[in-house]
Amino acid sequence: MIGQDLLGIDSLERENIELILETAERMQEIGERDVKKVPTLRGRTVVNLFFEPSTRTQTSFEIAGKRLAADVVNFSSGSSSLSKAESLLDTAKTLDAMDPDAVIVRHRVAGVPQRIADALQAPVINAGDGAHEHPTQALLDMLTVYQEKGRFEGLTVAIIGDIAHSRVARSNIYGFTKLGAEVRVAGPPTMLPVGVESLGVKAYTSLREVLDGADVVMALRIQLERLTGAYFPSVREYSATFGIDRAKLRFAKSDAIVMHPGPVNRGVELSNELTDDRPSVILDQVRNGVALRMALLYLIAGRSAVAPGRAANTAGDL
Amino acid sequence: MARLLIRGGRILDPSVDHDAVGDLLVEDGVISAVGPDLPADECEVFEAGGKWVAPGFVDLHVHLREPGQEYKEDLASGGRAAVAGGFTSVACMANTDPVNDDPSVTKYVLERASEESPARIHPIAAATRGLQGEVMTEMAALRDAGAVAFSDDGRVVMDAAVMRRVLEYSKLVGAPVVVHSEDVGLRGDGVMNEGVVSTRLGLPGNPVEAEEIQVARDIRLARLTGARLHVAHVSAGGSVELIRQAKEEGLSVTAEVTPHHLALCDDLVASFDTSTKMAPPLRSGRDAAVLREALAEGVIDCIATDHAPHADYEKDVEYTAAPCGVIGLETAFAVVSDLVRSGEMSPLELVRRLSTSPARIFDLKSGTLAAGALADVVVVDPDEQWTYDPADGFSKSRNSPWAGQKLTGRVMATFVDGRLVYRAGRGVVMQ
Repeated sequence: MIGQDLLGIDSLERENIELILETAERMQEIGERDVKKVPTLRGRTVVNLFFEPSTRTQTSFEIAGKRLAADVVNFSSGSSSLSKAESLLDTAKTLDAMDPDAVIVRHRVAGVPQRIADALQAPVINAGDGAHEHPTQALLDMLTVYQEKGRFEGLTVAIIGDIAHSRVARSNIYGFTKLGAEVRVAGPPTMLPVGVESLGVKAYTSLREVLDGADVVMALRIQLERLTGAYFPSVREYSATFGIDRAKLRFAKSDAIVMHPGPVNRGVELSNELTDDRPSVILDQVRNGVALRMALLYLIAGRSAVAPGRAANTAGDL
Repeated sequence: MARLLIRGGRILDPSVDHDAVGDLLVEDGVISAVGPDLPADECEVFEAGGKWVAPGFVDLHVHLREPGQEYKEDLASGGRAAVAGGFTSVACMANTDPVNDDPSVTKYVLERASEESPARIHPIAAATRGLQGEVMTEMAALRDAGAVAFSDDGRVVMDAAVMRRVLEYSKLVGAPVVVHSEDVGLRGDGVMNEGVVSTRLGLPGNPVEAEEIQVARDIRLARLTGARLHVAHVSAGGSVELIRQAKEEGLSVTAEVTPHHLALCDDLVASFDTSTKMAPPLRSGRDAAVLREALAEGVIDCIATDHAPHADYEKDVEYTAAPCGVIGLETAFAVVSDLVRSGEMSPLELVRRLSTSPARIFDLKSGTLAAGALADVVVVDPDEQWTYDPADGFSKSRNSPWAGQKLTGRVMATFVDGRLVYRAGRGVVMQ
């Protein structure tokens, strides 16, 4: 049993992570069926509350909810509460009055899902908040690594790029560390946050060193528009120092896999060819995202969802 | 003749280093005697056994929002919150709407305060017009209208040449210039202390160096000009060393610290509760320890609340979007009285930092129980436990990091000009 909400990996126990991953593996089979739908969450309402547009994550949650027969509603709001002149609390209360069974929150500011969860009756799943956490991305990354490597203990995971502004990095650091892997990070010194070692990682500024002996190579997306000039001098210099191609990948283990949360800036974080082909597993990550989010909706929105008389065979419906 | 005897309390008067159990006699709003067993003839008697009796507290840094933002606070509600917190004098910052950069605003504040506020209110005028950091204000006219100091608090005078001229010109009126010391560029979009907690939370950080660099600049400008500089709300441990050196050098530099920077640290932001957001931000536990030590030593002269009311709906937004500031008048004594319980300060020294020292920094007549002084007196119970609910308080706003918490140390009664203006359990009494 996991908690009421899923706000981050930092607050999850190892056992909870394992339960989610095991559940996601069972969910995968549904996606391989001809009719990709089970009635598990029939009559349940899942609200996608996306304050920050994210077609990929929103679509993934929507497909996950629909495969479980939930009614998925998009309460999109491209604007922040500032321009809407509505406080977060007002938004939460308004939603609560509609009795959703789960609310998926995405916001550009850290902490918003937690504040909404504090005010809501319904469980909240964090779909990414600022540079804080992106737990569902990290969980699908863990699932992908497990499917590739069959274990976490003893693995070395190298995360490369803008660690300071990355919620994906933080959630993955917490998750892989809890599961027994060694996590390293690397990037320009301007993109390594103060005291990053306190998160339980080793920090590098050399691509060669961070890749040395790595089993998993995870490149992060760089916000080119916002950061070029302020945090690194040019795209050319970034891709020359931290961009990964097949030649640089040779510093890692020979069977290392390459991951990226997407969308890739081709030729910046990863070379064009590395983006598309093995050992890149980027599309597997996307595929696993649906199964992983089905698992979470099942565990969270489906907790009290089982109608009388159906409890015994709910799992069978999967 | 109106006579009041405050009987049997522990009388703490830092202005004469007096700390002894005794009585305090007030006649016609003026203190007439302090001593053991004073006669109670024809006196109204206030029993203060087991309590501390001290000169009314003086807060050099509050935001009372009038004129212009009366939905957050006004001179009446702010004045009531002040006396409920034991503060008989408060100095209010100039960042109102309109800004207090014109004598008409200063006079308006004083007139309204005399009608509405049970506490004495001393306006601080802006140092530059419109708080724009460009053109200095008419300091002589503002002083004549009643301004006690000059400050662009909330904003920063980033141009060192402007700051130099403001400090130089302030010598004409002899009043201190209060600085919110923060390098705006280095702060950037930081909303909390930069450190391991901000790294974990993913919120933009504001490094201690943003304050330390600006404190260093302002101290050097104080040296260059010989003006009186008062450093507002010191938050960074590194600023303390700079202030210590300035004092050793003999510069006219004073400093204040808030109860929240003494008692809280940046761990608290993990709740993402915006009542932990203020400027400067809560720093590390190590910084807070340095500030407490500096206060005990007197390197930091006084405690000021930086009482900054904001409406609920303004605070119930994203952490980055929320306005900075917390209310603090009604919880200040309880929070800082912990320094006595922990053995870090004596009661007399704590009262000095709350009353005598700040009064001197702004040349106020308060902060003493000497015969002939204004009878601004506070009676506190350092041991009484109570639960703070901002909804039951006197401020219009509720943005407190101590909301719902059990606190120790309580203001039992406050007198201004010898008149009882606040009594615990009964509330504010206006005549």
